[in-house]
Amino acid sequence: MSASRVDGVLVTLIAGAAILWFAPAGMGRYGTYVLSLWLVTAVAVMGLNLTLGIAGLKSLAQAAFMGIGAYATALLTTKAGVGWFSAFAISGALCFAAGLLLGFPALRVKAHYLAFVTLAFSTLVWLVLRNEQWLTGGVFGISNIPRPVVFGVRTDNALPFHRFVVAVTLILALILWWLVRSPWGRAFLALRENPVRAASLGVNIRAYTLLAFAIGSAYAGFAGALYAPLVEFIDPSPFQLSASFFLLLMVVAGGSGYQLGPFVGALLGVVLPEWLRFTGGLYLIIFAAIVIGLLIACPQGVLGLIERGWTAIRRRPMVGNTPVKDAV
Amino acid sequence: MATVLEVEGVRKHFGGIAAVDGVSFTVEEGEILGIIGPNGCGKSTLFNCILGQLLPTAGRVKLDGADVTGLNPEDMNRRGVSRTFQLLQVFPELSVRENLILAGQEHQGTMLGRLFGPRDAGLTAAADRMIGFFKLQHLADARAGGLSYGQQKLLDAAMAFMAGPRLVLLDEPAGGVNLTMLGDLKERLKAMNAEAGATFVVIEHNMDFVMSLCTRVLVMAEGKVLAVGTPAEIRANPAVIDAYLGH
Repeated sequence: MSASRVDGVLVTLIAGAAILWFAPAGMGRYGTYVLSLWLVTAVAVMGLNLTLGIAGLKSLAQAAFMGIGAYATALLTTKAGVGWFSAFAISGALCFAAGLLLGFPALRVKAHYLAFVTLAFSTLVWLVLRNEQWLTGGVFGISNIPRPVVFGVRTDNALPFHRFVVAVTLILALILWWLVRSPWGRAFLALRENPVRAASLGVNIRAYTLLAFAIGSAYAGFAGALYAPLVEFIDPSPFQLSASFFLLLMVVAGGSGYQLGPFVGALLGVVLPEWLRFTGGLYLIIFAAIVIGLLIACPQGVLGLIERGWTAIRRRPMVGNTPVKDAV
Repeated sequence: MATVLEVEGVRKHFGGIAAVDGVSFTVEEGEILGIIGPNGCGKSTLFNCILGQLLPTAGRVKLDGADVTGLNPEDMNRRGVSRTFQLLQVFPELSVRENLILAGQEHQGTMLGRLFGPRDAGLTAAADRMIGFFKLQHLADARAGGLSYGQQKLLDAAMAFMAGPRLVLLDEPAGGVNLTMLGDLKERLKAMNAEAGATFVVIEHNMDFVMSLCTRVLVMAEGKVLAVGTPAEIRANPAVIDAYLGH
């Protein structure tokens, strides 16, 4: 709470970005690609962490929003000749608007029922991506998606593009860090913890519910806008329902509601399978076992586990140690 | 004295059951009105109808003469009516100070203004004053969920006062609070009434608490008003003794 204390999340974000800027040295193209994919995924997970982890609204459409962002960016940059930065902004705005619309059911239905509504939306988006060939290219997808030119520097190669992803991810993470610490973040948290009490304290439940959905979805749109030039070819498959479940799993496994949780969760979801490649066909089974074991040992995710360990070391009651608690 | 709240013939039916069956009363500025009655007589339902958690089946609720029937809880709160709930309702993951800042922040400026304004919405000083007033200084940075039941009750009440409300509806503030804490709570509520000029309606089962705190007492039974009067009149009312207080 005190302004003088250094914020651990902020320091970690900046230090992490600095390390990741140089990390790909000697990793080769593929290693660099995996690192970039980790960060892009983390951006989508960050958004879902706001909607679900902080505001408590269950959504199963994050990958669909990422798809909307990726396709919007791909179409705008390949067919309409729009620059990447404009496409990025439009993708975010489009997902913000779609998220706002999807937020309306959330004003009426809660918990599992809300998840079902978002699940239907997710399926709808996937069907449009697959069947509306005139627009999306159907199962053939869209290829030759250009990478952005930043201040006159081309990012066609893996390393410059990775550094570009690091910079964008850092900016997006800082904005969210600031948002969660603001009075809005406190209101989002109140929405999760006790909406009835929050309403009796004048918290505008409708506005904050819609905003939590819209901002979370916009982050998926931003992630999509980074994803399209990263892979340079997109088809509907990475944006289907199972991918939304996977993003949800990353929120929970990293530590739902913790500001750094999305990075840990995306690390588990994107990088761990790569590390397990040496096990050949067994890697999915091992990956699943690790995640199940983790969630049994600590339902609060990896960061919940770290917090518990830290508390035990310091031997004092758990007071204001977590990122979110510090944040609000 | 001006009339703050007018409740006119409020009814609330759940299926065939009339939980609140035509209740009328007024609350004058600066008074502390107690509402007593056996469990299930409709006291909390009445609060929910007044504050917009429930839509009354019939009847009117007026605040400062304006019809506010059916307004939602957020709007009622922004019009200066706050409440506590029968079951404890604090935000367990937030600190005591953060709970109080939350309780006041939505009354500060516009939504967009709050987003770009200070992190505490400029309320740290006000929250700390409230913490001091309710004698929770040593717990200001503690997680609200880790407080004792009685301390959480104090915090719950403090939150209802954070936005400087005109009218506060307290649903069983003394329920489950130990005797020492009870004295504190009563003294704090009286001080709030005297110093801040806040008007209260208090639902309570603890007779000593009600009779010593309230200026007037309303007795409910089976969804209806049985009697209204000063504590002394209520104690002496044969119908009340028969229905509720016992011989």
